[in-house]
Amino acid sequence: MTAAVSPQGALDLATRMGAVLMLVAIVLIFGALTPGFLAPDSLANIIKQSSFIGIAAVGMVFVLLTAGIDLSVGSVMYLGPLVAGLLMRDAGVGVALGLLACVATGAVLGAINAVFIVGLRVIPFIVTLATLFLYRGFGTWLVESRQLDFPDSLRGFGLASVLGVPVPIVIFAIIAAAAHVILRHTVFGRHVYAFGNDPLAAQKAGLPVRRIQAGVYVISGTLAALSGFVLISQIGRLDAGFGEGREFDVIAAAVLGGASLFGGIGGAGSAVLGAITIQAVKAGLVFSGVNLYLQPLLQGAVILVAVFLDGLREARLRSLRRRVIRPRAG
Amino acid sequence: MTPLLRFEGLGKDWFGVPAVRDLSLDIPEGQVIGVIGENGAGKSTLMNMIGGIVPPTHGRMLWRGQPYAPQGAADAKAAGIAFIHQELNLFTNLSVAENLFIDGFPRRPGLLRGLIDRRAMRDRAARILARLALDIPPDRTLDSLSPGERQLVEIARALHRDAALIIFDEPTTSLTHRETERLFQAIEGLRAEGRTVIYISHILQDVRRLADRVAVLRDGRLVGEGTIAEFDIPRMIRTMIGRDLAAVYPPRTSVPREVPVLEVQGLSAPGVIENVSFTVREGEILGLFGLMGSGRSETARILMGLDPAERGEARLRGQPLTGGPRDRVRQGLAFVTENRREEGLMMDASIRDNLTLPAIERFRGGLGLDRDRIADVAQDLRETVRLKAQDLGRQPVRALSGGNQQKVVIGKWLPTEPRLFILDEPTRGVDVGARSEIYGIADRLAAEGAGLLVISSELDELMGLCDRIVVMSRGEVVATFDRRDFEERRIIAAAFREATSAGEAA
Repeated sequence: MTAAVSPQGALDLATRMGAVLMLVAIVLIFGALTPGFLAPDSLANIIKQSSFIGIAAVGMVFVLLTAGIDLSVGSVMYLGPLVAGLLMRDAGVGVALGLLACVATGAVLGAINAVFIVGLRVIPFIVTLATLFLYRGFGTWLVESRQLDFPDSLRGFGLASVLGVPVPIVIFAIIAAAAHVILRHTVFGRHVYAFGNDPLAAQKAGLPVRRIQAGVYVISGTLAALSGFVLISQIGRLDAGFGEGREFDVIAAAVLGGASLFGGIGGAGSAVLGAITIQAVKAGLVFSGVNLYLQPLLQGAVILVAVFLDGLREARLRSLRRRVIRPRAG
Repeated sequence: MTPLLRFEGLGKDWFGVPAVRDLSLDIPEGQVIGVIGENGAGKSTLMNMIGGIVPPTHGRMLWRGQPYAPQGAADAKAAGIAFIHQELNLFTNLSVAENLFIDGFPRRPGLLRGLIDRRAMRDRAARILARLALDIPPDRTLDSLSPGERQLVEIARALHRDAALIIFDEPTTSLTHRETERLFQAIEGLRAEGRTVIYISHILQDVRRLADRVAVLRDGRLVGEGTIAEFDIPRMIRTMIGRDLAAVYPPRTSVPREVPVLEVQGLSAPGVIENVSFTVREGEILGLFGLMGSGRSETARILMGLDPAERGEARLRGQPLTGGPRDRVRQGLAFVTENRREEGLMMDASIRDNLTLPAIERFRGGLGLDRDRIADVAQDLRETVRLKAQDLGRQPVRALSGGNQQKVVIGKWLPTEPRLFILDEPTRGVDVGARSEIYGIADRLAAEGAGLLVISSELDELMGLCDRIVVMSRGEVVATFDRRDFEERRIIAAAFREATSAGEAA
């Protein structure tokens, strides 16, 4: 038997390479259009800014691996820091405890999603669409839609750097690395892949399917809140509209990086690659002075292409999975 | 000696309807027990009770003499029972080794115990694979393996769990002959190690070959049980269907007419088929036989309009067949495929909807559809194809047995009054009783003047059913046999001849 690359492996590789090529192409095109784009500062800035979407996208990858979806991340990005902000402002809590409160809030919000999805068996799309409104609504009710100013200590944290690397990038890198280890090297991680590949088979194999499915939503909520905190720590202020519509950036980043909406394919690297790509497109459009109103259109087009490619891949995989009764005619 | 597993008056009712009743049976340790029965005889329910998927409503089970009442798949597994289903429970995006250890990964020692010990996993997987003489690297992802190899991986999984009882449910349906042979060797190896095997299959020859004992189910009851020596195939069939099957193949009740329905002339598609010509006459059942890769299925796909032909033509009652499947259906073609689930039926829709959809245009009335006529027509069709169903309007097709599903596929075409039926493996996965009824339907269709083109890999079936058999090999028609000349040896020889000479030439 020849050691051929598996069809899915090859496809996976092609998509992963596709994502890399896309990023390289985008960087080169914008670089050619506007020389300033390629400056080290500009590139470092892109990576720094991508960490916001990227951290949440890491969580989204977990959800997508189970063939689920989490539309509530934009609202969690808002509500998590909001809870932290209220504690910091009114209870005099420090940055570390604020961060903890924010992340814990995210975990609770993710757990609420999980209760509906796993416990009550409502489909993830509907549940998280509802909580998208619910979480934001709760937040705006709490502060009566007013903006929330954070103490200066927070900005001190957000704008700090570790060995010359800005804090957001450090956090993003730690999260991505941890996610990689969890997905590749822990039992939970491999179970997530198994569940996404065939939930019924996972159940029959006696895997803790409820815990697996619930776990990914808790992770997604936690990381969404963390990503919100990271961005807020740079701005120092939380507006009522913060995080609105970000779920699309987050999902798009995961899919652009090679995670499949159909489950079972993707990894922590997908989130990193996808988030940087999205940020590169945004920055590039700004740099090259494209009409401001045209920018969402172009971003939408990029996302559409990524989702379309994912659909193509799934169709191809399906045909490969079909029973073969005779060798294909050569 | 205590049997490994004992059923005592076991029963399961579904809303008062018994699926399994009063079943008492011992499964002795270290033997292969063949469990046979028509679809709907209660085999699946019984297996689900063993597996903890459904709880019994009557009686009890004893495992090694102790009461055994599994609450779920995990309990069955813990007891030492492994299932190998027709549809495998494997994960195509994971490696062979990961599939083997999915429910019990080896962990790293000490502080890193949260992590999977990949090296240990690979080594242990390699050892398990070696025991089955499986030459597969443990790191390969599963979707790069053939169906047969995947099945062996599933067996390997049962082995590493040290399952004492391994239950095979129709394991060979998607396997090639070679893969089947390998599977059988593996099963014999399991028996030699003292493990117990329950083997469920419609393929009675396989049961004859593998089993030490046979248990026969009918209508949820155990109707026969004994050593394999007591059960030859005719007795198995007799016990299964509860009557003597005078012949699985009912006699042909009509003779073909002279008028051609389908004329295929010089049909060619490069690399697939070459210069294929044959004719199906009115009232004729024509068989298309060939080995794997002979081009028989490809010919059918071209006739259905699924694949293009480069040269040649096919005429239906003198009119050239053109366009895709939809156009060809309008021209008078009907397809009964082996992939009932994917191509033939809407599994979750009602039987009535399935039966009447192809001819839906004819049920237009008033403002919408004429519901009463639809109900009447569905009722008529049920009689015509002898469908065993409770409620045409409510019951989804999914709830029917394989044989009855196939009858729905055939029945749904009847209102469109097709001139030619293409039946592709019409009885795959269909039990003996229903099979005979499907042959009866085919005979009646022919008697009413339709032409039938039957494609099958089972020569028995074609010899029992057809007026003529066209043999294909390497994409060409190599021989045609009339019914009076049917002789298994000669037909097989024809199917092989070209294959061998081409093989030598290459």
